[in-house]
Amino acid sequence: MISYILRRIAYAFPILVGVNIITFILFFVVNTPDDMARMQLGMKRVSETAITKWKEERGYDKPILWNSSSESLEKITDTIFFQNSVKLFVFDFGRSDSGRDIGHDISQRMWPSLAITVPSLLLGLLAYISFGLTLAFFRGSYVDVSGVILCVVMMSISGLFYIIGGQYLIGKFLHLVPISGYDTGFNAIKFTILPILVGLIGGIGASTRWYRTIFLEEMGKDYVRTAKAKGLSEARVLYQHVLMNGLIPILTGVVVVLPSLFMGSLIVESFFAIPGLGSYTIDAISRQDFAIVRSMVFLGSVLYIIGLILTDISYTLVDPRVRLN
Amino acid sequence: MMPVIFVTDALIFLLVFMVVVYVFYARQHEHLRAPWHNVSSRPLAMSAAIILAIYIVVGLLDSLHFHPKLEVTKSSDTIYSTEVSSVLDLVLGDLHQNTERTYSAPLASYAFAKEMIDLPDGKQTRTYPRLKYGGAHLDEPATDSAADITKNIFIGCVFGLVISSILLGLITFILSKAHKTSFRRVLKQIYKNDFHVAWTAMIITMSLTIIVLTIVYNLAQYYHVFGTDKVGQDVLYQAIKSIRTGLVIGTLTTLVMLPFAIMMGLMAGYFRGWIDDVIQYLYTTLNSIPGVLLIAASILLLQVYIGNHADDFNSIEERADLRLLFLCIILGITSWTGLCRLLRAETLKLREIDYVQAAQAFGVSNLSIMLRHLLPNVMHIVMISIVIDFSGLVLAEAVLSYINIGVDPSMNSWGNMINGARLEMAREPIVWWSLAAAFVFMFVLVLAANLFSDAVRDAFDPRLRH
Repeated sequence: MISYILRRIAYAFPILVGVNIITFILFFVVNTPDDMARMQLGMKRVSETAITKWKEERGYDKPILWNSSSESLEKITDTIFFQNSVKLFVFDFGRSDSGRDIGHDISQRMWPSLAITVPSLLLGLLAYISFGLTLAFFRGSYVDVSGVILCVVMMSISGLFYIIGGQYLIGKFLHLVPISGYDTGFNAIKFTILPILVGLIGGIGASTRWYRTIFLEEMGKDYVRTAKAKGLSEARVLYQHVLMNGLIPILTGVVVVLPSLFMGSLIVESFFAIPGLGSYTIDAISRQDFAIVRSMVFLGSVLYIIGLILTDISYTLVDPRVRLN
Repeated sequence: MMPVIFVTDALIFLLVFMVVVYVFYARQHEHLRAPWHNVSSRPLAMSAAIILAIYIVVGLLDSLHFHPKLEVTKSSDTIYSTEVSSVLDLVLGDLHQNTERTYSAPLASYAFAKEMIDLPDGKQTRTYPRLKYGGAHLDEPATDSAADITKNIFIGCVFGLVISSILLGLITFILSKAHKTSFRRVLKQIYKNDFHVAWTAMIITMSLTIIVLTIVYNLAQYYHVFGTDKVGQDVLYQAIKSIRTGLVIGTLTTLVMLPFAIMMGLMAGYFRGWIDDVIQYLYTTLNSIPGVLLIAASILLLQVYIGNHADDFNSIEERADLRLLFLCIILGITSWTGLCRLLRAETLKLREIDYVQAAQAFGVSNLSIMLRHLLPNVMHIVMISIVIDFSGLVLAEAVLSYINIGVDPSMNSWGNMINGARLEMAREPIVWWSLAAAFVFMFVLVLAANLFSDAVRDAFDPRLRH
């Protein structure tokens, strides 16, 4: 088991290198530090000295790959590639273009993100699985047909409208919870209710339909016929046999997103003014802070790859037929 | 008129050409004709197809661009406006020019906010001013407008009924010729829903949409049906112009990524070995970069490029069009991996089947095995993924525009409409019509696409075939 995990991590390394090279090319080669400086300082009428100063402050004045003016090992280390890309591998994100410590910002901002994403995921699983199972139980009947139609209608509505609608209803009529903002400690809970609820409702259509399909597929299998032939009741077959086997594809689908929960949700966080990593990224995009966007690209990729590894491991845990090799 | 062809226009018409070729190809091949025949027998799917067709016609009309001729011509040579217009603008008539000063509610005759107005006797008063175009034909809008609107809805309804009965007659006539039966018999069959092709559902949908369209068209002659936005532009016009943007994102993205995905998927599955490893590495790497961030990074780069090369573009429209194309390419890069993986898995299975083995034994070249034996047998996967991706891409456009990494802010798009309206949510009373218009137009398109894609998937997926 341990050797398998180690091997998987070793496989992940070249992918991270690839991600790193892609981001490096995107941010430093296609788009040179000169362009970035001009973007930040204003497009027109920027003096050459101002650009040089901007680059010096952020260490972007170094050569890109090979510093021939330095001594021995510094020929490689004292370059943009090493300082800004290789260091990402040890999670040294450096400073943002506005001078803040990115690593510190991330460690601060991941908690509000988690406060939204973790409850959303758990409650969502609970709700969608029960809905999916209910529809599968009533398959072919009017409950099923109207449920599926409702799902299609709900998944045809853009997520933006769920958020806007939710904020409007609460802000206008109900006044139960604040419509946006955040607080420290346990006071934060009342701010998280609306985003979680909106996220849940927005996801109902697609997820319920997907889970229903999974359960229906399971119900066509031989072991279900055997269980019924044994004389088990429909409900028992559904809740014991079908649910347990249907959980395999569902759980492995969930495991892959687990690490990415840290990143938060871009849209939800920016609409509800939650100071998590999602809104951090959005702010960076709108302020055109390349250093933060670069760090988030790398962080996101690392988390995704961790998710892939966890998925493979969880397969072997829940499904004994899958062997490690 | 001097025609202008944007890059996306050219690609759209390439796509239309490909669809036409596909239709002729599919008609001659039983394995393609059968599933489409199946789709055509589903009432829900065919109703959705009618709606989609209307959107597509609007989108195509909006893709024929030209520089309109300027009125003032002193010398003999004609001068063309720098503005870019489309055939759709001709159809919509004055909708574009009829701008008010600022917000006005749907079907209103008065502005949304009070203003200081000079009265004829020289005094000033603070009241809701009359709109320049909305309800301009009325003398006393406060009392007459409700009756006038009802009258116009009624007229529109009558026109709609007339047009749809003519259409019904035409379809019945064509069907009676095709089936070589009497006109009455076909009419009865339609009434009893007795055709294999879901004609009844199609005719009902067509009539309903025609009635809605004629009502809206009739009202739009005198009112702003969906109100006006901050700068006084007709919201209905914006929503209609946004159709093209949505369709371009939904279709061109797939068109751009399709060659890649097919080539890579087939090669990885067929050759296996190191080629498979390289391609798998490529798509895992691309997949592991969060899509939104990759798009954001690329759009930032494009902005820098446009900023540095501002002189290369003749017009704002051209620049916006380049950005739209670029967005399609980036969305394609982030979304081809899914299809590629599916194709690879299917090809891995297919290459072990006898006919491929036989072709190899005969010494058929790898290229022609892939083109003649593998490609036709994975086309159903391609087909399904094209229709399923479409609605997701239309929805994605709105989200991307919301975080300012979508289409150009000067371009009409539902995302930009939502983005603009979002800032007005805090107003009292609320300015809801931009949101409502974007919502209705998007919802109808995405719902129709979802229903249609479900039917296509059911018909083409061999696992679901019974």
